[in-house]
Amino acid sequence: MDGEHQCLCAQKSEEELYPELDKIIDEHRGKPEDLIMVLHKAQNLFGYLPRKVQEKVALGLNVSLNEVYGVITFYAFFTTVPKGRHSIRVCLGTACYVRGGQGVIEKIKKDLGIKVGGTTEDRRYSLDVVRCIGACGLAPAMLINDDVYARAKPAKLTEIVEKYE
Amino acid sequence: MLNNQQITIQRGLKKQKMEKARINNIEIEFDEGTTILDAAKTLGINIPTLCHHPDLIPTGACGVCVVEVEGLPTLTRACTTPLEKGWNVQTNSARVRSTRKEVVELIISDHDMDCLTCIKNGKCELQELAANLGIRDLTYPKFTDKKPIDTTSVSIVRDPNKCILCGRCVQVCTEIQTVNALTFAERSSETVITTASGEGMGNSPCVNCGQCTVYCPVGALYENSSVEAVWEALNNPDKHVVVQEAPAIRAMLGEEFGMEPGTLVAGKMHAALRRLKFDAVFDTNFTADLTILEEGTEVVERIKAGKDLPVITSCSPGWIKFMETFYPHLRKHVSTAKSPQQMFGTLSKTYYAEQKGIAPEKIVSVSIMPCTAKKFEALRDEMKDSGFQDVDFVLTTRELARMLKEAGIDLKAMPDEPADDPLGEYTGAATIFGATGGVMEAALRSAYFLVTGRELENLDILSVRGLKGRKEAEVDVDGIKLKVAVAHGLGNARKLMDKVSAQLANGKCEYHFIEVMACPGGCVGGGGQPWGSDMAMRARRGQTLYQEDKSLPMRRSHENPSVKAIYEKYLGHPYSEKSHHLLHTHYFKRSRIDGKVVED
Repeated sequence: MDGEHQCLCAQKSEEELYPELDKIIDEHRGKPEDLIMVLHKAQNLFGYLPRKVQEKVALGLNVSLNEVYGVITFYAFFTTVPKGRHSIRVCLGTACYVRGGQGVIEKIKKDLGIKVGGTTEDRRYSLDVVRCIGACGLAPAMLINDDVYARAKPAKLTEIVEKYE
Repeated sequence: MLNNQQITIQRGLKKQKMEKARINNIEIEFDEGTTILDAAKTLGINIPTLCHHPDLIPTGACGVCVVEVEGLPTLTRACTTPLEKGWNVQTNSARVRSTRKEVVELIISDHDMDCLTCIKNGKCELQELAANLGIRDLTYPKFTDKKPIDTTSVSIVRDPNKCILCGRCVQVCTEIQTVNALTFAERSSETVITTASGEGMGNSPCVNCGQCTVYCPVGALYENSSVEAVWEALNNPDKHVVVQEAPAIRAMLGEEFGMEPGTLVAGKMHAALRRLKFDAVFDTNFTADLTILEEGTEVVERIKAGKDLPVITSCSPGWIKFMETFYPHLRKHVSTAKSPQQMFGTLSKTYYAEQKGIAPEKIVSVSIMPCTAKKFEALRDEMKDSGFQDVDFVLTTRELARMLKEAGIDLKAMPDEPADDPLGEYTGAATIFGATGGVMEAALRSAYFLVTGRELENLDILSVRGLKGRKEAEVDVDGIKLKVAVAHGLGNARKLMDKVSAQLANGKCEYHFIEVMACPGGCVGGGGQPWGSDMAMRARRGQTLYQEDKSLPMRRSHENPSVKAIYEKYLGHPYSEKSHHLLHTHYFKRSRIDGKVVED
């Protein structure tokens, strides 16, 4: 499965990306202080940070795998789960939260059978929470890729989400 | 209100600026930099703590030690805050008491509270704290989300449901031992202590030293127990169950029975084991003497040949796995001599079986170790030179104490009895194996004889004793200046091995012989020692071993009559072909990712 995945960022299979990762690591070899920078670059390359990437970064920079794991799980930016072709981001900023953002989340979670931060098995969708997208007047708001959906109602969601192949 | 009592704290001989403040209205004169916690202690005021441990750097993680400083808006943590001039600190105000209770109640709300069946029952620091603070009602609902218990390691079990996130285990694993098997992951209310990707300790670079189990205040980290298996063997009439006890056990088992730390209980321990119905009670000290003959001969041979110097000791299985994982290029420097535990295991099913006419498959070989890594060592694939698994079950000091208590055997009341022949006789050189520097000292006593044919006059090699992290000595052996080094605690070992590696890369290392023990203090500080230990207790246990050494009629391994007998009857001579087959081993390269053996 992993090998066949067409990465959003590079349109290459994961296996084909490893030589590029090696190049990034070579620039920072033996420099534990560059860990976060390297993880950024690696995530840009792969779209996420699979265990094999974590291991290569740990060995290359001479840090423990533990430290890599601690950093990845601490910062919300990093993800160990591959992202789907379509990124659904539901706003839970104050206004959206008050106007039913949580209900939007629950409906999508139920429809897609995934948790917040998760990706569907077919890698069609991934679901994340964002804190305010500056559309408070349209609350509750959500984004699918770059499309903004205003006053999202749970009842309409299934149809909206289905449009994204 | 003001109490005129004045207390002065003096920290060592260093002259520091003295300041005045008040704690609970009592005036105190203190050295600049003293924490509120330490200052209060000198006034007889114990501020309750939970994450704090005297051997570790305070982090203030738990928030139990909060105190009120008059004039400051918020409560402050006594373990991390230095006392300041002019402050009046209240350690027991209504606000402090209610906050402290609330903190403990919050910790309990996220803690699996099956105290009666918990391995830490009666020894848990959280239990004691809740008792001391008089916690009777729980205001917060219990967190019921059960997480799986990590049983991937043969040495250590981790129960995340008990973990209170104090971080002691992470600190000892990353900073003191520099192994980095445990880490904090996630954040905020999701924070957990785990291994990378939650793969479990058996799939991490964990070296099984067990220091995490010693420092854990609750029942979240403990040994993978073999108690039930040993009961079963003892109750099986078809089995001949033999037992060996590591040098350090005799200096710490007494603590489990309320005796002063450092009470020597060698004779009582032998008697207690007989009452547990072991068929033969031997002593690891015998094979410690044998190790000295094998390893000492190897050192002498290699120094004569100038081959693969320095020689590094191989007794500590935590160190061995650490070396295989982080310094595999140094494998050829590590003595091929098996550890005393494994030499004993092999001999119990070969030499002893032959002498006694017992079929080796009937023998169950049990060891009592201050160590969790010994469990891993016993299960290594290559440790089967007797044709069977050489050591069947390893019990830590704690597990033995539990068995004795279950059997109603009061160690204090035991008579002093010797160990059985032919694997029980030992010298003072063997007993000091349990303290850092002991193997080095024992080896030098015999190496001197092996090289010169004369006995070393002064047997006390003081420069390799004590708790300094790294020690060095130079010993003159008939004109050859032997440079030796000793490291204990893997962080110290790492520094020494970095130095050795750098010197070797430049052609020549200054040392001839190096002793490494994985645990701070050596085996007396092992991961299987009684709970509630600190470095001060480790120091006292070490002293006990040196006292036993001094009191014994024989203090050089090569004088041990039973060791002489085994060479005459069975092995031939030290470093013989038979010795090589039975008493020596080899090492592997391991992955820094998961600790598994990898191809060279």
